[in-house]
Amino acid sequence: MRHGKYPLIVTFLVPPVLLYVVFVVSPYLQAFQISTTDWLGYSAEADSVGLANFRALWRDDYVWNALKNNAILLALVPVLTILLGLFFATMLNMGGRRGRAGVTGVRGSALYRTVYFFPQVLSVVIIALLWKEVYHPNKGLLTSALHALGLGSPTWLGDPRTAFWCVLAVMVWSNVGFYVVLFGAAMSAVPKEIYEAVMLDGASRLTTLRRVTLPLLWDTVQVAWVYLAIFALDGFILVQLMTNGGPNFSTDVIGVRMYDTAFGSETKFGYASAIGVVMFFLTLSVAVLSLRLGRRDRIEYS
Amino acid sequence: MTTLDDVAAVTAPAARTADRPVRRELGVANAFSHGFLLVWAALTVLPLVWMFLSSFKSNGEILADPWGLPETLHWDNWARAWTEAHIGRYFLNSLVVVAGSVSLTMLTGATAAYVFARYEFRGRQFVYYLFVGGLMFPVFLALVPLFFVVRNAGLFGTWTGLILVYAAYSLPFTVFFLTAFFRTLPTTVAEAAMVDGCGHFRLFFRVMLPMARPGLISVAIFNFLSHWNQFLLPQVLMQGDESKWVLAQGLFALSVSQGYAGDYARLFAGLSIAVLPVLAVYVAFQRQVQSGLTAGQLK
Repeated sequence: MRHGKYPLIVTFLVPPVLLYVVFVVSPYLQAFQISTTDWLGYSAEADSVGLANFRALWRDDYVWNALKNNAILLALVPVLTILLGLFFATMLNMGGRRGRAGVTGVRGSALYRTVYFFPQVLSVVIIALLWKEVYHPNKGLLTSALHALGLGSPTWLGDPRTAFWCVLAVMVWSNVGFYVVLFGAAMSAVPKEIYEAVMLDGASRLTTLRRVTLPLLWDTVQVAWVYLAIFALDGFILVQLMTNGGPNFSTDVIGVRMYDTAFGSETKFGYASAIGVVMFFLTLSVAVLSLRLGRRDRIEYS
Repeated sequence: MTTLDDVAAVTAPAARTADRPVRRELGVANAFSHGFLLVWAALTVLPLVWMFLSSFKSNGEILADPWGLPETLHWDNWARAWTEAHIGRYFLNSLVVVAGSVSLTMLTGATAAYVFARYEFRGRQFVYYLFVGGLMFPVFLALVPLFFVVRNAGLFGTWTGLILVYAAYSLPFTVFFLTAFFRTLPTTVAEAAMVDGCGHFRLFFRVMLPMARPGLISVAIFNFLSHWNQFLLPQVLMQGDESKWVLAQGLFALSVSQGYAGDYARLFAGLSIAVLPVLAVYVAFQRQVQSGLTAGQLK
């Protein structure tokens, strides 16, 4: 049966492996090596400096400032997105009027889902540029709405006090719809009898969400948490296009720091790679930690 | 999925739902749900509607009244974006690159996944985990060395370079997803074909590939969207020659130049041009897009 399988294995496997090793594996390995040099790029000269780049990082206030912003994003974006996602998914799947059929979804839930999900297929570039216009201090959608109501408005992205929160809001905005659909799919796998029993017992919506929905969807929530945490540690494109880290570094994130160090006015490739290595270990530990801390027994419906 | 229940809920006489307090409360809950749901729907749609409307307004109208409707439809904004800002050219460039990269990803991804799923050989586990391990690494880590790998290969600033890099970075997910998919396919069909004298290659192209179609479509949509929306990689690997830029870079440049030129209408028209095809694909393949993207997270 398996006679002559090797020609196929070789022809099928060699091109993908070559592609992958050349463009993915080798750059990752080189990154660790480059991070221990003082390489400035464009010339072959690079001296090994050991861990000097990492020591410099430790004292780099700009890096700490960017990390602080990433930490705030990490603390808020996943929580807000997951809560809003669960809230709307609950509304869609269980907010319906109760006829004879018990717990039902609202009317038009498919349409809601279609609309909510749309930002997910848009390019982050489009989202960033569009919201930059929405936040525009003169002709933007927000400012003129506030003026029409007779209220003054901040300059949004132009003000170091508000810019960061504006970017954070866009991050949540662009992700919620996806998790509504994801949680909705997970909820429809939960037997309806469970919810009917809970409602008969007179549990409030909040209790239902906290005591029933959340534990039942725990696996999905956990996956969402890991992905959103990784997203919050990145955030590069949104920040670079909306504010480029400004004003006064108030929206700076570690990704922008690294990009500027490598491809900005000076090309400190060694130092930039060191930032990349730090990002890698941060991402890895956040992912591992959230999976560890969130571990619970798996629930299966018989 | 819930339509039957909905019909039941709508046709149920109002009197019956009103006579018990519990039910009245749930009726209130229904209005309450719709209230919140509509607010979020408005928040999602409003910026996009505003973008489309503004793309038909004159610059004067945009500045004077951001919420107003256009008086006449200024199609010339779209023309200016398409030609002057070269959005048309960038659009076609993106099409060329994405067509190449998605085809390459699917071909290399499907063949590798098939081998992992269906053949035993030494080192299989190692090579498989080498691919799947790539899911854990942020692209940022590779950015600097990648720049030099591509430059040393003479592929800097070329579409070929972008296509190869897009495909390489899509392989971990594609291989992971398709390996799982090929494993779910029944082995009996393949065995029957082999007994009938079908060779290994014919078996793959004539039997297994057609059987794997649903999985292939999901991954292809996933890859199409992520390649079409790619910004970081072209930003690093496609600097310089403007005539070869992809759409995302063109839009960024348009936004930067808008800051000096004050041509807001052109920017909105450019953004609208970029959104339209994605919107069309989304509306046409909504189910596959949603399941393809959510499957990507759940696996």
